[in-house]
Amino acid sequence: MTDYDENPGLFTAMLGVARRDLLLAWKRPGDILNPLFFFAMVATLFPLAVGPSPEQLEFSGPAVLWVAALLAMLLSLNSLFLSDFEDGSLDQMLVSPLPLTALALGKSIAHWLTSGLPLVLVSPVVAITFRMPLSVTGFLMITLLLGTISLSLLGSIGAALTVGLHRGTALLSLLILPLAMPVLIFGARTVSLVAAGDGVAGGLYFLGAYAVLVLSLAPFATAAALRISNE
Amino acid sequence: MTAKLSANDLTLFRGERCLFKGLSFALNTGELLLLEGRNGSGKTSLMRAIAGLLSLESGEILWDGEPVRVQRQAFHGALVWMAHRVGLKADLTLVENLRFEAHLRPQSGADFDEVVKRLDISRLKRLPVRSLSAGQQRRVALARMMLAQAPLWLMDEPFTNLDREGRALVMKLTDEHLEKGGMCIMAAHQDVEIGSNVKKIELR
Repeated sequence: MTDYDENPGLFTAMLGVARRDLLLAWKRPGDILNPLFFFAMVATLFPLAVGPSPEQLEFSGPAVLWVAALLAMLLSLNSLFLSDFEDGSLDQMLVSPLPLTALALGKSIAHWLTSGLPLVLVSPVVAITFRMPLSVTGFLMITLLLGTISLSLLGSIGAALTVGLHRGTALLSLLILPLAMPVLIFGARTVSLVAAGDGVAGGLYFLGAYAVLVLSLAPFATAAALRISNE
Repeated sequence: MTAKLSANDLTLFRGERCLFKGLSFALNTGELLLLEGRNGSGKTSLMRAIAGLLSLESGEILWDGEPVRVQRQAFHGALVWMAHRVGLKADLTLVENLRFEAHLRPQSGADFDEVVKRLDISRLKRLPVRSLSAGQQRRVALARMMLAQAPLWLMDEPFTNLDREGRALVMKLTDEHLEKGGMCIMAAHQDVEIGSNVKKIELR
């Protein structure tokens, strides 16, 4: 057979997967809202527990917001491949002539749009509870934007590795957290530095570089992991 | 002449258990390979191995005389698989599901409405797959096979959940596919009345 030329294009396949997942998310909005609620709840309950002292809130704000965002991302990752695995559509993707890498990237794009981007958009509202000034909030959004891209892509590797296991949530977190640590450290620290009036270019460069690195490597790792865990 | 699809000396283990050993077959255009055997005898595993989802302990599967592992994309472009799990998203409609399929594999250009009409699912087009019966979902999976441009059909228990007409339809469609020069590998544990070029493998 020489019908390789007639295969649907790589780009259309990637967009096809992304569009299908977005459509699914649109039909089941609960899956998006859950992590978002978690993020909003953790971040708004914390100031209530700490007390009204403005210094303490301003001091702990970036750290709490970043930890809450990281955990919310982890929460959403578990289901990334699970439903595809259970209804057999993952098998159909595995026997597609298209490179699995493109399909994995498509899934990651959809995942980021439905879990990472909403966090970024909601974060300024939540940041108000920490008395975060507007100038700092802008930087919080930028770091979250770059950080959630990395987390989505890193998480897809873990989700792919644990998809065949039932209740792989704990394992998924263990696999992902070491790789996600730099994102958390640089993300939270950069926002703290902005709040303290220090230079922040270094942190942003790092987060950007990390996102690009993960973007270029993670889809391949995810594809390989999907093949292994589907044996 | 070398066969279009051939397997030499396949051995597959699942855990400690040997499912089959030294299994060989050859399949040419217009032929049907029937896998028979009890439940749990390895029919599905063999099919997954042919589709490249399970790695074999030993042996080689050749497509056009070349091992499939060095030409995965060409081989996967030439097959379509009707698995036990239908592989449809329950929340999407029939049309949305099949439209997504067009992104995954080359399409034959068969008229969508005609295919759907023939499978008697045209009035279900706008319903989410969740609300379809199991047999109707199997029919959607059949539509996927007919819309794909793939000479090799892998069918795992295609008659499950189908009514009498559905079963007859599966046999008729397979017959037509074979006549057009297609190939089919089918796992079934009931009598199949299809064409003349039937080869059988009994798994124990």
